[in-house]
Amino acid sequence: MSSDTLHAATPGIRRRSAMSGGSRIDRKRQRWGWFFVAPFALIFIGFLIVPLVYAFWMSLQTSTLATGTQFTWFANYVKAFTDPIFLEGLGRVAAFAFIMIPIQMLVALAAALVLDTLTSWLSKFSRLMIFVPYAIPVVIGALMWGFLYSPRFGPATDIFGLFGLAAPDFLAQSAIFGSLINIVTWQWSGYYMIIIYSALRGVDPSIYEAARIDGANGWQTATRIKVPMISSSMVMVLIFALIGTLQFFTEPQVLRSVAQGAIPVSYTPNMYAYTLAFSYSQFNYASAIAFSLGIIVFIGSYIFLFFTRKQSGLK
Amino acid sequence: MALTTETALLVQPAATPSAAERRARSEQSDAGRNGGRRIGSHVFLVILVIYFITPLWWLLVAATKDNSGLFTGTGGSLWFDDNFAFFDNVAGLFERQGGIYWRWLGNSFLYAFAGGLGATVLSVMAGYGFAKFRFRGRNAFFSVLLGSVMVPVTALVIPTFMLLSQAGLINTIWAVILPSLLSPFGVYLMRIYTQDSVPDEMLDAARVDGAGELRIFFQVALPLLKPALVTVLLLSVVGTWNNFFLPLAVLSDPQLLPVTVGLNGWTALSNAGAGGEQVWNLITTGAFVSIIPLVLSFLFLQRYWQGGLSLGSVK
Repeated sequence: MSSDTLHAATPGIRRRSAMSGGSRIDRKRQRWGWFFVAPFALIFIGFLIVPLVYAFWMSLQTSTLATGTQFTWFANYVKAFTDPIFLEGLGRVAAFAFIMIPIQMLVALAAALVLDTLTSWLSKFSRLMIFVPYAIPVVIGALMWGFLYSPRFGPATDIFGLFGLAAPDFLAQSAIFGSLINIVTWQWSGYYMIIIYSALRGVDPSIYEAARIDGANGWQTATRIKVPMISSSMVMVLIFALIGTLQFFTEPQVLRSVAQGAIPVSYTPNMYAYTLAFSYSQFNYASAIAFSLGIIVFIGSYIFLFFTRKQSGLK
Repeated sequence: MALTTETALLVQPAATPSAAERRARSEQSDAGRNGGRRIGSHVFLVILVIYFITPLWWLLVAATKDNSGLFTGTGGSLWFDDNFAFFDNVAGLFERQGGIYWRWLGNSFLYAFAGGLGATVLSVMAGYGFAKFRFRGRNAFFSVLLGSVMVPVTALVIPTFMLLSQAGLINTIWAVILPSLLSPFGVYLMRIYTQDSVPDEMLDAARVDGAGELRIFFQVALPLLKPALVTVLLLSVVGTWNNFFLPLAVLSDPQLLPVTVGLNGWTALSNAGAGGEQVWNLITTGAFVSIIPLVLSFLFLQRYWQGGLSLGSVK
């Protein structure tokens, strides 16, 4: 397997800290450096720095029909952080993060650990099948689950009927939280599983042999050796999941039209900002919401990275 | 993949067996042991596969049904209907609104490939520039870039929309393609990979031989960077293909929509209960047809993505 070769190589690779050993930095080389970086720098400035600065600038203003556009400093932020709708959305994505991320990571880790100990055709096939949802666009995934949840189209009635039970309504207000968690777990666990699995393949198996000689059983090897060895990829997965969860938008937005009334337009902060901007043309307040969310995600993941910098290897 | 082997040889003395070889040996000695645990593991895998594959199976079946078959099919929702309507449904996709579905599918391809290819070219160049040249502002720029990996993309959608509308680019293909060129994570991956797999000595030797910087980049560095290049291409194509928020915000002309936004529109209309708009069979068939290209390419390009996806996490 060629992927094994690649992963076998990775642990041996160490980042070279110094640049080309002591060669002098002349003007020409400097210019070539910028030549290679410049095209990206243009896009980076045009579609990241400028929009961020512009969003911040917009968020400091308020425009009303009566008074026109006025510079109101942080009034929009005060409004945002006292706006029960925004705070409720924030609380909701926090709740999603606390429940959804551990579930996804557990599924991904369990699948990766099992796959790592097996070499049968079934394990190869399973690895592909668990990963396949990643190839499905999130919108299509959410649409499919919308159909599956639906009492009109879905198999739930048949399946529960086999046991003589009435199917629960997955699209009811009380169930929608769990239904969304299921969609996200289905869509992303396979991707995280591949990242963790690849990291596991890179671990030198002589470590496991040493553990076996010391009398460790499979469970101990998994929890005390494998998991700590791959902690950097776990941190990576966690950061991906955290960033993704806090900007939750597509799944609830798609499910909204299927689950009549169970998902309000302000279900997540992103949906709220979208509605404010495109349904109510409140671009200033929408910018403040989007910017606040961006700051929260940024600070959240930065703090997280700071506390796990030993595991993640990021400096 | 001959290239990965080459990279492996560069970073590891050829005499020591690679982790993969050692792993293969230890797996051989494992065979026959732990028989009971294997059965348990396989059962666990089968359950996982059923969970991950059922929605796709449902979609395959649903694509072969007409509207009434979807509601009251003879075989339930997880089995085929007596009336096999797949080809009628595909014909329906050509008829509805003048075959706009195929236009949407084409748009998705255009956006994914223009955005994905462009982002890859920019990332490879920038990653190489950051890794192999010292220039003024390099460290400052790279720190900003690292931080920006954690800026949620959705926070950029609203200001990007406003900037694009001032530039008169709303409702053009550029409104989707240009922002998709931004891939700070791709640059980060390319920089790390370039540092590890393109030795400075090789570049210096080429310089001594009188090769120009461009020629060195294309003929010396690029071949070594292929594995990471494939990964970045894959991640950015999938990212653009999946993007929902951006096209939803910046496009309103039905002729320009990607297939995800278009199908979501059909679903919203069908759910709204408008009699003439109930096109459930076209939605399921359209969703099924739209996921075929990506799922197939993931299955066939397995050996390329499996190694690559963990590039960022294994260090």
